[in-house]
Amino acid sequence: MYNKNNTLFIYCVFYFAFLYIPVLLLPIFSFNDSFHMVFPLKGFTFDWYIQMWNKSRLHQALFNSIKVGIIASVVSTFIALFAAKAFTRYKVKFHGLSYGAILLPFIIPEIIIAVALIVIWTSMGLKLGLIPVTISHILFCTPFCMLILISRMEGFDKSLEEASMDLGENSFWTFWRVTFPLLLPGIIASLLLAFVISFDEFILAFFLSSSDQTLPIYMWSQLRFPKKFPHILALGAIIIIVTSLIVMTAYWLRNLGQGKKKDFSIGI
Amino acid sequence: MSIKNYIKIKNLSKSFGDVEVLKNINLEVEEGEFFSLLGPSGCGKTTLLRILAGFEYPSEGEVFFDDANVTSLPPNLRPSNMVFQNYAIFPHINVQRNIEFGLRKENLSKDEMQKRVENALKMVQLEGYENRYSNQLSGGQRQRIALARALVKQPKVLLLDEPLGALDKKLREEMQIELRNLQKSLGITFIFVTHDQEEAMTMSDRIAVMDEGNILQVSPPKEIYHNPKNKFVSQFIGNINILGAEIKSVSNENLLIEVDCFGSMQLKNYQQIIENDRINIAIRPEEITISKISDPNYDYNFQGNVKNISFYGESTYFYVQLNNSDKILMVSKNETKEPFSENDNCFVNFSSNNLKIIKD
Repeated sequence: MYNKNNTLFIYCVFYFAFLYIPVLLLPIFSFNDSFHMVFPLKGFTFDWYIQMWNKSRLHQALFNSIKVGIIASVVSTFIALFAAKAFTRYKVKFHGLSYGAILLPFIIPEIIIAVALIVIWTSMGLKLGLIPVTISHILFCTPFCMLILISRMEGFDKSLEEASMDLGENSFWTFWRVTFPLLLPGIIASLLLAFVISFDEFILAFFLSSSDQTLPIYMWSQLRFPKKFPHILALGAIIIIVTSLIVMTAYWLRNLGQGKKKDFSIGI
Repeated sequence: MSIKNYIKIKNLSKSFGDVEVLKNINLEVEEGEFFSLLGPSGCGKTTLLRILAGFEYPSEGEVFFDDANVTSLPPNLRPSNMVFQNYAIFPHINVQRNIEFGLRKENLSKDEMQKRVENALKMVQLEGYENRYSNQLSGGQRQRIALARALVKQPKVLLLDEPLGALDKKLREEMQIELRNLQKSLGITFIFVTHDQEEAMTMSDRIAVMDEGNILQVSPPKEIYHNPKNKFVSQFIGNINILGAEIKSVSNENLLIEVDCFGSMQLKNYQQIIENDRINIAIRPEEITISKISDPNYDYNFQGNVKNISFYGESTYFYVQLNNSDKILMVSKNETKEPFSENDNCFVNFSSNNLKIIKD
């Protein structure tokens, strides 16, 4: 290490420590043989994982979250896919205004959306539960999916679609043979992002879920009981590992089946 | 052999919003013809090609392929295929599947399909490239694959949108000859869009020169070069000296004119109709000779001074300032027997039958 890089090196160490130490504390304490999250560590145990796995309410909450996450990510990606196509391929009236309208949900506080939805839902005389949670997650995820897919769509050459039309395919087949495979990395990214957003979303689920708990609501409800706290640590550790695996899988999928090519951009 | 007009364009106009990019175009292209649309960027040539392909629809007018009205037909139902400016090779599939792309509906057996692909690759001299991807090909190779992908469909008309624009000069010249030979051997009608006049001249049977949404002239290359219809065409195709002149008197077939920098001159056997007193007189650089002493074989000799010399190898251009005038004449010579250098005094010589009257 050269002298002049020492400060940069120290900065990097602090930077990564700041980012990852809080996250890494979870897995470390999840193996600690104590109810309390304090150093020094007492002893190594798998008990918390075993106990956690035996809780049927957790199974239900996990299942609820996965169900909501999958439906929300698929539906919002689907909506965003066609909207992005329209937005980038056709002359949309009030283009700038529409773009602003797409971005707006990012700045509206989640709690406002939650309150608005609970008012609408209950005034229609409908029961709270997983259905309004799923709908609210679709609403919340769609702008993220739009942004990913619009940038993907803008990144690929319109003449590829024209070439397909020119070679005898109609718009339907052009979409499935050219547009869809070229957008696939974006679609996968959109699905995963929407799933992750929905999976750890708290406020909307808190307002709308009633007794059907999603995983974040379950975790929050368990925090009230100190004896159950280590289970939450174990659960958190598993979530970190699974999420990392999903992202790595997505990256691997992205690069699959394209020869040596890692990028779809057309260098001309 | 009766050659019929395969493509007919009738009273075609196209506007994007308030901008009229094509103005009442009428054009007929013969079957098996190598036809070029030539013009500066923004002249509407690419829009016209895209209308022929079906990517744009005309605001007014009609397009016929083989007497069938195709004006509102989408691109997938037209007997034409296109080679795109940026080639548009599908990046997610290999060369083999790129070329097969348009054959899905033909229900070919695996062997027939393979044969068609092989033939297409042979045609563009890229056998053995089946498994490459677009990013593993050079610009020239992509261009050939785009050509093979279009030709494998056995189209009646091949539309080419500046396909050689992105290639370097040497490769471009090779491809010009190759394209021309391919077109001759296949007998397909080629519509070739270019802004490069040299490219259009060397390859085409006929050229349509376009500017600001109008077709100014449709003629074979030689005709366009020697008898340009107006000032724009004459200046766009090759180099030319254009001089202002005033008509002094008209008698029988002789025309006495006062050329701005030459003084009075007589034109014999002129046939063009003169509309007003001010006219343009044009002469190509190669129709003027340059010499140290005045050359009596020519009608006119003027003294001047060599201002600049541009050496192109096969020819040399001299920019000669005439004495008693601001006008600088372009003179070209294939070889320089008399070596001139800049600021040398010289004579420029030419005959009156090389002078042309050009409309504005």
